Amino acid sequence: MHVDRYAWKRGLARLGHVVLLAAFVVFTAFPFYWMFITTFKTTLDLVDTRNNPFLFNRPPTLENLDVLFFNTQYGLWVWNTLLVGFIVVGITLLLAIPAGYSLARLSGRWGRQLAIAIFLTYLIPPTILFIPFSRIVGELGLQDSLWSLVLVYPSFTVPFCTWLMMGFFKAVPHDVEEAAMMDGLSRFGAFIRVVVPLSSAGILTVVIFTLTLVMQEFIYALTFITSSSQYTVSVGVPTFLVRGDVYFWGSLMGACLIVSIPIAILYNFFLDRFVAGFTVGAIK
Amino acid sequence: MKPGHPPPAMRLADNDGALGGWLLAPAVIYITLLVGFPFLLSMYYSLTDATVGNTTLSFVGLDNFRRIMQSGTFWRAMRNTFVFTLISQILVVILAKILAMALYKDFRGKWLIRLLILLPWVAPISLGTIGWLWIFDPVYSIINWTLRALSLLPANTWPIWLGQPDLAMASIVLVDVWRLLPLATVIILAGLSGIPQDIHDAAQMDGAGFWRHLFQINIPLVMPIMLVALLFGIVFTFTDMIIIYVLTRGGPFDTTQVLASLAFFTGVPGGDLAEGAAISLFLFPLLVAVVVVLLTIARRTEVT
Repeated sequence: MHVDRYAWKRGLARLGHVVLLAAFVVFTAFPFYWMFITTFKTTLDLVDTRNNPFLFNRPPTLENLDVLFFNTQYGLWVWNTLLVGFIVVGITLLLAIPAGYSLARLSGRWGRQLAIAIFLTYLIPPTILFIPFSRIVGELGLQDSLWSLVLVYPSFTVPFCTWLMMGFFKAVPHDVEEAAMMDGLSRFGAFIRVVVPLSSAGILTVVIFTLTLVMQEFIYALTFITSSSQYTVSVGVPTFLVRGDVYFWGSLMGACLIVSIPIAILYNFFLDRFVAGFTVGAIK
Repeated sequence: MKPGHPPPAMRLADNDGALGGWLLAPAVIYITLLVGFPFLLSMYYSLTDATVGNTTLSFVGLDNFRRIMQSGTFWRAMRNTFVFTLISQILVVILAKILAMALYKDFRGKWLIRLLILLPWVAPISLGTIGWLWIFDPVYSIINWTLRALSLLPANTWPIWLGQPDLAMASIVLVDVWRLLPLATVIILAGLSGIPQDIHDAAQMDGAGFWRHLFQINIPLVMPIMLVALLFGIVFTFTDMIIIYVLTRGGPFDTTQVLASLAFFTGVPGGDLAEGAAISLFLFPLLVAVVVVLLTIARRTEVT
């Protein structure tokens, strides 16, 4: 009798757990299901309010994606985003790897204070900086050019990635460099030839996060870029495809989905590192 | 340095202090030039009459701030910013704690569930929000369709989610919760994983029930990291304008206008750089205050 009640209670707890998770998944993932089904629906299906909108009432179509790729500049925006992304990745690596190593190993107390100062730049978000930047970019003659984004984006990728790299370098045992220096390498040589190759996982993490941060960025691109051929994908889609009262919902949803899903999957692999990059700075 | 190790040659490549400085300098200079300098410039602009077109600036003192303080739109945006941030972050922290506890258990298919729950955070925010624009569509809203199909919607009502002031605020709060819930969840989850198993075992031995365990052990132990989650949630919500830009553009009648979006519409399409800078600067002291308070609490709760 007692055992039965225990099992019954456990079953109920398990059911509750499943229901709870299901409710959360519906909340978080439904918009993406909705994007997916809209992407492949014919317009006639979309606008007929008698249909059950959760399902395909007419055969699925690729027409919306066809419009997206061949009648809009979507492909160009994706290309622009990747181009800016890769250049910013290069700049970020060049700045953040040495800085992270320096903060992890070569600087004492002032280094710790500087690390906190770098962390605090999270508190000066683009919302405060885009107005002065719009003028700086103008003075430099970079308005409406992808180079303005290349210049400005490291201002938020470098602080974050410096923190990440610092964490990775701290995890490398001191013996590794000492052994390399015994063998005749200088401190700098040990860093470049021994420590950096050992931290390739960290460097890959930095590459992924820099790319995703660039793809997410909105305010600067919206402020600096005015012609549609220079847009990045996060600004091109909401400003150019959502213009006027005629919405091409199928193509619009396809545009969102195609970019979101690969980033989501990539991100998922590196999640734990991402969390560490945020929390380590706040709680030492 | 180990005893017996020969004294390092005083070349740069071996001088730790100097090398440390040289390796750090490029990043520090870049950040100073691209964060520090524009920040100061923003303060300077707020005291001048800078617009997009003019090339000569003249100093106008606190005129911009005086003008802003007299504008009803500014105060409405200030109020909206607080309402938006507070409501959404209270919801996010409570929901994220529940979700993190549900995800803490081991079960089959966990990685898939985690991926699905993470989607809103990892997808570019402007694109995810467009998905919601379609969900809130005045004619084809799936929410209305579902409510009608379940007979939950009275015959003559058809809510226009983004067109009615209260519903519009509720909608942007909903999207913000949707967007930030995954981040808060994974941060809290990291905190939960940091609690040693012994503590749970000891509590179980002592016969602590679910609620006692939750309020006397679980919540106090993850409190510092929950505050970190809250901190970033507040910073992101407080300074965000993307959701509002995509969904409502601050409308209807400025009822969803927040400081960040007001600064943008004033400064960039409106061309009034000085006033836009002044509005956005109001964010900074508020942010600093929030961060100082939360970090102080976080450090203190961690020690005890």
